[in-house]
Amino acid sequence: MKFVKIDEKQWAEGIGKLKSGYRVFGPVKEGKDHEFRELTGDASPDMAFSNTRLSPKSVVYPQSEVMFEYTTDESRPDHHILKEPRRDDTPRAVIGIRPCDALSFLLVRRNFDSPEYKDPYWLRNYEATTFVGYGCNDPCATCFCTSAGSAPHDTQGLDALVVDRDGGYAAKAITEKGEALMKAAGWTDAMDEAEAEALFADRAAAAEKKITRQVATDKLAEKPSMDLYDAPFWEDVAFSCINCGTCTYLCPTCWCFDIQDECRGCEGVRTRNWDSCMAPLFTAHGSGHNPRGEKVQRVRQRFMHKLKYYVDKYGEGIQCVGCGRCVRSCPVNIDIRKVCDMMNAYDPEAANDCACPTT
Amino acid sequence: MREYTDKIRQIARRLLEEGKVDRVIGFKKGSMPMMNEPCVIRRPQDADQLIWDGNCGINLANYLTGAKDKVGVVAKGCDSRNIVTHIIENKLDRDNVVVIGVPCQAMIDKRKIAAAVDGEISEVTETDDGKVVVRGNGFEKTFDRAETLQDNCAICVHRNPVICDEPVADPVPEQTDVDRYADIRAIDAMSDAERKAFFDDMFAECIRCYACRNACPLCYCPTCFVDESRPQWVGKGQDENDIRTFHFLRAYHCAGRCTDCGACERACPVGIKMRVLTRKLEKDCKELYGWEAGMSVDQRPPLDAYKPNDPDAFIK
Ligand code: SF4
Ligand code: SF4
Ligand code: SF4
Ligand code: SF4
Repeated sequence: MKFVKIDEKQWAEGIGKLKSGYRVFGPVKEGKDHEFRELTGDASPDMAFSNTRLSPKSVVYPQSEVMFEYTTDESRPDHHILKEPRRDDTPRAVIGIRPCDALSFLLVRRNFDSPEYKDPYWLRNYEATTFVGYGCNDPCATCFCTSAGSAPHDTQGLDALVVDRDGGYAAKAITEKGEALMKAAGWTDAMDEAEAEALFADRAAAAEKKITRQVATDKLAEKPSMDLYDAPFWEDVAFSCINCGTCTYLCPTCWCFDIQDECRGCEGVRTRNWDSCMAPLFTAHGSGHNPRGEKVQRVRQRFMHKLKYYVDKYGEGIQCVGCGRCVRSCPVNIDIRKVCDMMNAYDPEAANDCACPTT
Repeated sequence: MREYTDKIRQIARRLLEEGKVDRVIGFKKGSMPMMNEPCVIRRPQDADQLIWDGNCGINLANYLTGAKDKVGVVAKGCDSRNIVTHIIENKLDRDNVVVIGVPCQAMIDKRKIAAAVDGEISEVTETDDGKVVVRGNGFEKTFDRAETLQDNCAICVHRNPVICDEPVADPVPEQTDVDRYADIRAIDAMSDAERKAFFDDMFAECIRCYACRNACPLCYCPTCFVDESRPQWVGKGQDENDIRTFHFLRAYHCAGRCTDCGACERACPVGIKMRVLTRKLEKDCKELYGWEAGMSVDQRPPLDAYKPNDPDAFIK
C-alpha cells in the first residue's frame, strides 16, 4: 500500500481518527494568514493555504520550552535539584506541512543531532512526530525552494506526501511512520501505482514550472570566507535593517536559543527561548564587550551563517529552504535572494569598481 | 507621485553635488509589491534610485538617531515630527540635518489590500486620480485609495512636514474633521474584565520579535528595559504578563513623544494593533497639557518640564 486515494469524507474522518493516537497539528486560518496549530476537538486542517506566516518549527521546537524545574526552599528534600518536568512525548502528526518546511527539519537536525552532541528536547519531539506533507500547486512569488535544495513536491523529511486529486487527495507513504499513520487514519483505499506515479509527477512538474525565482549558490563553497566577510556590500545590505528578530523567528531553519531561569518565590523553571542573532544581547559578554556590537556585524552574521558557514561546515548546501518567509515579512524589504546572489557572484578583484560604500 | 519622485531625486542630487550633505536617506524600490526599502545615497549619480509612493510608511527618522555627519532626509509629516523630537531630545543637531519635506498623501496599507483580494498580489499601482489597482494571478481589482490607507494615516492631522528645508511640493490640505480617539474612548468605557480580555486578545499572537520597538524612532535606548539582564526586569519567554509588561511599558516610554507614525504596526509581522496604547497616552497629553508631540523645536515636552499649573487631579 504505497499509494492511496482519499475522498473528502475519508479525509475528514481520517483526521478525526488520528486524534485518538496522535496530537494532530495542521494549518488553521487566523485572520488573513494561516498558522500551524494543534487541532483539538473537531478542528480540521484548512488545506487552502499557500504558506503559513510562522514556520511549523514550533511543533518540534517551541518558542519557550521548560527544561527543568527547581525549588530553593530548603525545607523541601529536593531543593536545589534540577528536575525534568513531565513531558508529553506521545506521538504527534503534522498534517499539511509544505515540502520546504519538512526539509528544514533535516537541516536543523544537523545542529541538534550530531555525533558530538544530541539535544534531548528537540530530538524527543522530533522523533515523536510524523510529517504528512502537502504538495504545493501554487507556489508564492517569494518561493525559491527549487534552488534551495527542495521543490514544491519534494519528499525529503516527509513520512507521507498528499497531493490534490479530483474529489479529494492522493497520498504516498514514504516511511514506515507514514504508512502507520495512513493506516491509523483509515486511508487504505489503494490506488493504481502507474496512475498514482503519473499524478504525482504531473503535479510536481506543473508546480515547479511556477517557481519564477532562483538563487545562485554554486560558488559559495569555493569563496574564501574572509573575502565574503570583508566584502564591501555589507554596509549597504544592512543599512535599512532595524534588527528586529522577524526574519529569524519566522525562519524554519533558525535554531538559536537562550536559556533563562524564571522564578517566583522559591519555585523556578529553567526555560529555553528562541533567540535571534539580530539582537545585540545575543552576543553581549558578561564583561560588557560585544563582538557583534554593530548592526552591520549582526546582519552579516545572519547571511554568512546561512549561506557560507553552514555550507562549509556540513557540505550539504545552504541553511535555507527557500520558503520566502523572511522576504515577505521583513518590514524593510531585506531580501535574502538578492544577498545570496551578491555573495555568490562576489569577486574581490572586481570589487574596486563597486558602487557600494567601503566604510 | 511621479512629480514627488522627480523632485526628491533632483533635490538629493543637488544637495550631494553642492556638498551640503554627506548622504541622503530616502526610499528605493523594493523587491515585492507594496514594499520599498529605506536606503542611503552618497553619490549624486545614485540619486535616481530614490522613489516616492504610498509604500514609504517606514519612519526614516529612525535612521537618523545620533547622526554626526550632514545628512539629508526625505520626511513626511510624521517623520518630520520625529526629527523634531530627536532634536529636542539631543539625538540630532538641527544644523546637521537637511529635511527634504514631503507633503504626505497618506500611505497605503499592504495588509488591508492583501485582505481585500483573494490570491497573491503581483502588482499594485497608484493612479493619479486616487485609485489603487491591484493585480494578481487571474484577478484585477480597483480600490479608492482612501479605503486602503494605513489606520494612522486615515486619522492623521499633520500630513505636512513641521520643519522643512527643501520642500518637495506645495502643502497638502490637512484633515480637520477626523475623530482620532473613537476606539480609545470605547476601550476607556470597558469594564476592567472587558478591558483585560481586550488586551489579552490583542497580544495573544505576539512573538516578541520587537519589530514594533525597533521600527520606532523613539526607541533608541542603548539597552531597552526588556533586554536588561542586571537586573532583569522582564522575563523573556512567552509568559503573558511579560508580553503585556513589554507593551505597556514601551507605550509609557513613548508618552508625549509618539507621533502616531504607525511604523510599529506596519512592522509587526503578525499584525498586532498596538497603537491603541500610544494613542491613549497621546489623548491624555493633549487633554491634560494641550500637547502634541514633535510640533516645535522650541518647546519642551510636558513630561520633562514642570509648570506650577500642571494638572494634578490624577495624583491620588
Ligand atoms: S526582518 Fe528585516 S529588519 Fe528585521 S532583523 Fe531581519 S533583516 Fe533586519
Ligand atoms: S532564510 Fe528566509 S527563505 Fe530561507 S528558510 Fe529562512 S525564512 Fe525561509
Ligand atoms: S510608538 Fe509607533 S506610532 Fe509612535 S512614534 Fe513609535 S513607531 Fe511611531
Ligand atoms: S512587532 Fe508584533 S510580534 Fe513583534 S514584539 Fe511587536 S507586537 Fe509582538
